Amino acid sequence: MVGWAIAVHGGAGVDPNLPTDRQEQAKQLLTRCLNLGISALQSSASAIDVVELVVRELETDPIFNSGRGSALTEKGTVEMEASIMDGVGRRCGAVSGITTVKNPVSLARLVMDKSPHSYLAFSGAEDFAQQMGVEREENDYFITEDNKGMLKLAKEANSIVFDYRIPTTGYESCGSGVDTPIHMNGLPISVYAPETVGCVVVDSQGRCAAATSTGGLMNKKTGRIGDSPLIGAGTYACDACGVSCTGEGEAIIRGTLAREVAVVMEYKGLGLQEAVDFVIKERLDEGQAGLIAVSKTGEVAYGFNCVGMFRGCATEDGFMEVGIWE
Amino acid sequence: MSQEVLDTLNILGKMGWAIALHGGAGDIPINIPAERREPREASLRRILQIGVSALNAKSSALDVVELVVRELENCPHFNAGKGSVLTSNGTVEMEACIMDGSSKQCGAVSGVTTVVNPISLARRIMEKTPHIYLAFDGAEAFAREQGLEIVDKNHFITPENIERLKQAKEANRVQQDYTQPIKLENQNVPDGDSKLGTVGCVAVDNLGNLAAATSTGGLVNKMVGRIGDTPIIGAGTYANKFCAVSATGRGEAIIRETVARDVAAVMEYKGLGLKEAAAYIVDQVAPKGTTGLVAVSPTGEVTMPFNTTGMFRACATEDGFMEVAIW
Repeated sequence: MVGWAIAVHGGAGVDPNLPTDRQEQAKQLLTRCLNLGISALQSSASAIDVVELVVRELETDPIFNSGRGSALTEKGTVEMEASIMDGVGRRCGAVSGITTVKNPVSLARLVMDKSPHSYLAFSGAEDFAQQMGVEREENDYFITEDNKGMLKLAKEANSIVFDYRIPTTGYESCGSGVDTPIHMNGLPISVYAPETVGCVVVDSQGRCAAATSTGGLMNKKTGRIGDSPLIGAGTYACDACGVSCTGEGEAIIRGTLAREVAVVMEYKGLGLQEAVDFVIKERLDEGQAGLIAVSKTGEVAYGFNCVGMFRGCATEDGFMEVGIWE
Repeated sequence: MSQEVLDTLNILGKMGWAIALHGGAGDIPINIPAERREPREASLRRILQIGVSALNAKSSALDVVELVVRELENCPHFNAGKGSVLTSNGTVEMEACIMDGSSKQCGAVSGVTTVVNPISLARRIMEKTPHIYLAFDGAEAFAREQGLEIVDKNHFITPENIERLKQAKEANRVQQDYTQPIKLENQNVPDGDSKLGTVGCVAVDNLGNLAAATSTGGLVNKMVGRIGDTPIIGAGTYANKFCAVSATGRGEAIIRETVARDVAAVMEYKGLGLKEAAAYIVDQVAPKGTTGLVAVSPTGEVTMPFNTTGMFRACATEDGFMEVAIW
């Protein structure tokens, strides 16, 4: 038996000018979700059940960028993605291009449990949701007024900073002051919607699991797939650890960031926090991102190289922390 | 790779281009009829030669892997592009991925139904969008925007694949693209074209640049919308400064094992050479019967391990070595 541990995140890369009431709301949601996970763990729920439960809660609340409150595509629609992985047997499920499923993470779980595949996308994934009888909503349910406004701003900003290419410059150094326009994914941080959600858990039997869910990038092209549904990029779990990442998706994909934490534990013999620090420092090149992680021995860790990450963590011995800034 | 390292390698005379390609790994019976084996071997040989000529003409590794995979996609004997296997609805949904080792830039595509060469679409996504990965309608729309060659969906569907889907449906199961032909009870089923495989190519050019590309039609009778390992960076495809890898086999296993990234990771973190690293992943990590891969290193080494019965494969190096093999 080990002590359980849990971490949640609501995205990395936070506008330093984010209004205080919005910061408070985010922290309250993170706290609520942590407590939900803690109760489940105290009732001996398995790690995989807890990550699904917590991410469902984050999806259902409109504050972060997943489920209801997802960022919008260039066409003003929602295309959600999620993945889930059980360290036990490294089973995994993922979905992309979801437009009507209330809780994409649960659809990812069903792909893992009930299909011969590990990843379904777009209309095929919607058909599968229909077959499975999961709860669905009209696309409008997911679209908030806030995000409609953000899309408009993103489109305006786009014409200035987005040259339809990966920007080679323009990554202003993170956190260098509010006067410096901070960009992530080529968008001013006030417009960029980084608030992907994720949860990692190790239960008292030492089983690790991870889940991540997102609406993706504000003003993304329809059909764009980011890091969240990709096993090894946004999400990974194995015997040793569970990891969920967030931030600039393309940098996370290129860095196979979630798997990398496990890789350096396995092949370099690093401990969890060392592994997280190493990966954030060495594996992101110029990208900005953050991640949360747990190990089979009940440790919890997080790291990020940008200005803030919505996160919370707790362990069985009573430690609990919810924060946004460094 | 730093100039210093390059210079050292040049002095040691170790630099040289290398290329390897595959046409899928799986349970390929030793007694596969000659009429099914020979066209594939001939295609591998012909397409290898195209890659070799391009490398001799100083094409970059990235250009070479794209060129070679385009040829493999155009060849109906393999499960990519024309000749892709069919979904449970009888449609084709293709996927592809390309990655450049020096910059780690990459592009990927899934759910493509009308693009003649999905690998070239993946490259356009890498070079012309802020994203890495586009899928389904959005990917199709982007292909049209970019003026890539588009054809009717039926172009990709071969009579053999219609028959194979029929067999798979009769057996009421998802058939891996490489498994044994399905044996119906008390029925002598002809050896269906079940040895069709995902295709891939890895190359290193004279400058030590690495690149990898993989393309597939996926699994026979796959669910509509299914994404496999091929387009996933780190699973079916990966390249960095240590190596370039293209994997093939049972997609769900390769995703779980992050096969392509892990070959590079054990080189980087455990200090293994290319052959040892690839052998470690294929023999020690990946479950038996699931995985094959081709890989090259910046010094022009090449390796093609598999833990399945066979893998359609071919390779060549600048010093004149050449091999085309199945088992």
